[in-house]
Amino acid sequence: MGSAIELDALKFGWKPGQLVLDLQPVKIDRGEQVFLKGPSGCGKSTLLNLIGAVIRPGQGSIQLLGQDLQQLSGSARDRFRADHIGFIFQMFNLLPFLSMQENILLPCRFSALRRQRAEQRFGSLEQAVGHYLDDLGLNDRALLQRPVTELSMGQQQRVAVARALIGAPEILIADEPTSALDSDSRDSFLRLLNSECQQQGTALLFVSHDSALQEHFHRTIELNAINRVMQGAL
Amino acid sequence: MILLNLAWHSLLNRKTSVLLTLLSISVSVMLLLGVEKVRTEARSSFANTVSGADLIVGARSGPVQLLLYSVFRIGDATSNISWESYQKISAHSKVAWSIPISLGDSHRGFRVMGTSRAYFEHFRYGQRQLLEFQQGQAFDGLYDAVVGAEVAKKLGYTVGDKIVVAHGLGNTSFAKHDDKPFRVVGILDPTGTPVDRTVHVSLEAIEAIHVDWKVGTRLPGQTVSAEEAAQMDLMPKQITAFILGLKSPMATFHLQRSINNYRKEPLLAILPGVALQQLWDLMSVAEKALVAISILVVFTGLIGMLTVLLTSLNERRREMAILRSVGARPAHILALLILETTALTLLGAILGALLLYAGLAAFKPWLSSAFGLYITLGPPSPYQWQLLGMVMIAGIMVGLIPGYRAYRYSLADGLSVRI
Repeated sequence: MGSAIELDALKFGWKPGQLVLDLQPVKIDRGEQVFLKGPSGCGKSTLLNLIGAVIRPGQGSIQLLGQDLQQLSGSARDRFRADHIGFIFQMFNLLPFLSMQENILLPCRFSALRRQRAEQRFGSLEQAVGHYLDDLGLNDRALLQRPVTELSMGQQQRVAVARALIGAPEILIADEPTSALDSDSRDSFLRLLNSECQQQGTALLFVSHDSALQEHFHRTIELNAINRVMQGAL
Repeated sequence: MILLNLAWHSLLNRKTSVLLTLLSISVSVMLLLGVEKVRTEARSSFANTVSGADLIVGARSGPVQLLLYSVFRIGDATSNISWESYQKISAHSKVAWSIPISLGDSHRGFRVMGTSRAYFEHFRYGQRQLLEFQQGQAFDGLYDAVVGAEVAKKLGYTVGDKIVVAHGLGNTSFAKHDDKPFRVVGILDPTGTPVDRTVHVSLEAIEAIHVDWKVGTRLPGQTVSAEEAAQMDLMPKQITAFILGLKSPMATFHLQRSINNYRKEPLLAILPGVALQQLWDLMSVAEKALVAISILVVFTGLIGMLTVLLTSLNERRREMAILRSVGARPAHILALLILETTALTLLGAILGALLLYAGLAAFKPWLSSAFGLYITLGPPSPYQWQLLGMVMIAGIMVGLIPGYRAYRYSLADGLSVRI
């Protein structure tokens, strides 16, 4: 079954001599659902930008799906991210000026691979969107007509899930996606997210400071525990 | 394709500021094209006004002033010239034909010009075209008048109508020659020159309506009826200017010199082409200033666009991060911003051109009656296309600035969405 994410001796600092991250090796398998726990300000965003192939590490290696990111050029890394990684942010995931369908289809506009996969699996992009909306309980005609800005926060986050999953990327990174939700919708959101990832065999890296959520995942990694910079500070 | 779609929807999402930006760009483009249009149209309409005339002679003043009042009916003569001088010069052996011009009266805002039948035989405009009648013929009787196409159209005259000439210029002159009405005997074809706005009568008629007038007012108790006046000696004493056609253009300079040295009276003879050139030289300063101002206005419009885009950029960092997360490269972000300014500039240019044509069509009659400017509505000239092209290039260049900023932001922010 191969690994989805492999971090080895990863070190990173925004300024020379000031390391933010100095990580012990991390390995996440394909299809695995991992809870990455860390309080704010511990280098979470930096780590996500590193795994998201937006910034390059100072030292060490990041392998995604067996591909060493260091060996890819800037635009190849952008393409790799478009093809293989889906993202869900804390809030405001949607472009306010696009319809729900166009928001969900955005990854297929930038990645031919994801477009192809979505079309192969569902027949057409519209049917793919319909499938995810059905699964996420959003397939309501009245909802589809409305501008995305009028959706509730829970509905917006579910649209973001559909967008992150369309075209079956192998990795999904979720950065505190439930922090703006109340506890009822949080639980239903997590159940949906987990089952969707399960169905597609997507590896999920779920980042949050809220340890109450960790029961929903296969495994928990505490960022502070694997970050040598933090241990030095303590 | 996706970028076009994104740019379009993003612009629609910011309707108010985008529309205002569009408006400022289109108004500036309208001004730029308009100044150029009016400039070239003024030149061609002036150049078309007189053709085939070798010399224009009037009282001594400036060549440009003489040209303006004699041919373009702009401004007034400072003084008249005597009938004897005219007779003598037009009888010169080198002169083929001559047209006397006597100005000073008006009819409901249109100038009245006293002349002779030679005017209809020899006066040429545009590409050496003679005047043609759309109705009737040249004046024959004393109180006959021939009106230009615009006079007839605007005042609804047809052959046979009676008209009254007012003393002096202006639309609301109180002193009217209402005791000696004229009859319209001919209407000229449109020429696109001041001829269209002129009422033509004979020199004798001008003399007749002023028989009982002195220094601008009617002599009290000395009314002379139209019939009585017709019996009097109506030999003109003075005229305003005259146009000469020579038998051979070779004689032009020689004759010009001898007229300018005429002893009995200070006269000035000008070559229309040369005087026109002097007029252009005079106007070129103003033209350049206008062009410079309109270019600056375009820049103001583009700077306005830049301001709007840069201001919105900070709020749009989230949008950029979302786009990055779904696979947009920094180059895409740059292209998106440039696309937006290009679209805005293009729309602004198109709208500006449409506004200009709409404005010209609406103000065409006013421009011709107030300034003697005959505008023809045609497709943009090569130079105007060039101007539009330069505006487009400037717009795209302006787009580079927010584009580059957004590019830097998207590199620095990455996927972390800041509020």
